[in-house]
Amino acid sequence: MNPSDYEYLRKLLKDHSGLDLSADKQYLIESRLLPLARKAGLADIGDLVQKMKNGSSSLIAQVVEAMTTNETFFFRDKVPFDHFREKIMPEMLQARASRKSLRIWCAAGSTGQEPYSLAICLKEMGAALGGWRVEIVATDLSNEVLEKSRAGIYSQFEVQRGLPIQMLVKYFKQTGQLWQLNADIRAMVQHRQLNLLHDFSQLGRFDVIFCRNVLIYFDQDTKTNIFGRLARAIEPDGFLVLGAAETVVGLTEAFKPIADRRGLYRPEGGRAAPARPAFSLAAVPKLAMAGS
Amino acid sequence: MKTCLVVDDSGVTRKIARRILEELGFNIIEAEDGEKALEVCRQALPDVILLDWNMPVMDGYEFLGNLRRMPGGDAPKVVFCTTENGIDHISRALHAGANEYIMKPFDKDIVAAKFQEVGLIQATLPEVV
Repeated sequence: MNPSDYEYLRKLLKDHSGLDLSADKQYLIESRLLPLARKAGLADIGDLVQKMKNGSSSLIAQVVEAMTTNETFFFRDKVPFDHFREKIMPEMLQARASRKSLRIWCAAGSTGQEPYSLAICLKEMGAALGGWRVEIVATDLSNEVLEKSRAGIYSQFEVQRGLPIQMLVKYFKQTGQLWQLNADIRAMVQHRQLNLLHDFSQLGRFDVIFCRNVLIYFDQDTKTNIFGRLARAIEPDGFLVLGAAETVVGLTEAFKPIADRRGLYRPEGGRAAPARPAFSLAAVPKLAMAGS
Repeated sequence: MKTCLVVDDSGVTRKIARRILEELGFNIIEAEDGEKALEVCRQALPDVILLDWNMPVMDGYEFLGNLRRMPGGDAPKVVFCTTENGIDHISRALHAGANEYIMKPFDKDIVAAKFQEVGLIQATLPEVV
């Protein structure tokens, strides 16, 4: 690949998706874009760049999609889902006990493995969530991956990485070599197309935000900017989950790590929900008297 | 070092499984059918058994039943590894006491993922960058 083509693609990806490729990612471009070039009847990356320069917007969209699509699997890294079951949900069940509703956002929902893993966790909680309204909103830059996520259909390879066999049997239906998530699990997740570089305040506020393995593609300033806007999209006592290789250190003061819970953060200034009510019931009559 | 008994009538499959599992830190014993695998288990029970379904002499399903009836035979983790990828076979295997199930073809990622499921290897997380 010649250096000017590489620079062209770097700039284009930066402008369109925020993807910040370092100077040595030629192999990544080759491996992701060569198949796409061939599919379009082009010989190599040079021809692909030429066609993009001639103004093929659909090709540009395909290139951005191909470069930003991540590999993902069910219950990826395990630990975040342990946090979800052991820390996030027990606290939220208490903190939201009166309103009985919860909003969860998967900010890089990709092909659905993460939001559906959360949906399965919630389903497994059974009666504890009886009468609750839980929303899972999955967003992604790419419409193509959102389509796949909506369908909830996965290959034999995909369902074998991270998903315990009992859960496969319990929550999927087999169609030949493919496996589709049951309709009740699929119905728990809403899908929206969203570029994290753009305003996302229209999504409203969330109690839990999973934003894993997407910020790694952005430069420092963009990361800081996104953290700032995530802080405004999260409840003061909410939880933010980042990828295993990601951190807020040196990027934002808006979130603080939780001790012994790798990848789990809380908004700064927001307080953890107390294990008990903030004031004891014994104090209530006094307060009532003071007011009377 | 944990021991894994690889039971498959295909020498090629056993070789691939051995390479993957040795990389994952297991000591490997091989057997080419269920009968031979039972003989191995009567000597000493392995920590885990990677088990094909269709084999001559004694198939994997029958082996599993025999294993689970042996004294101490409930201890080894059993991971089926078979081209039988229908949900009916998977359900039968789980009912008979299998712990996990790999549908062939498999690669290192799948074997590692399934061995994590049954608690035989730890997940490795990337370094924070």
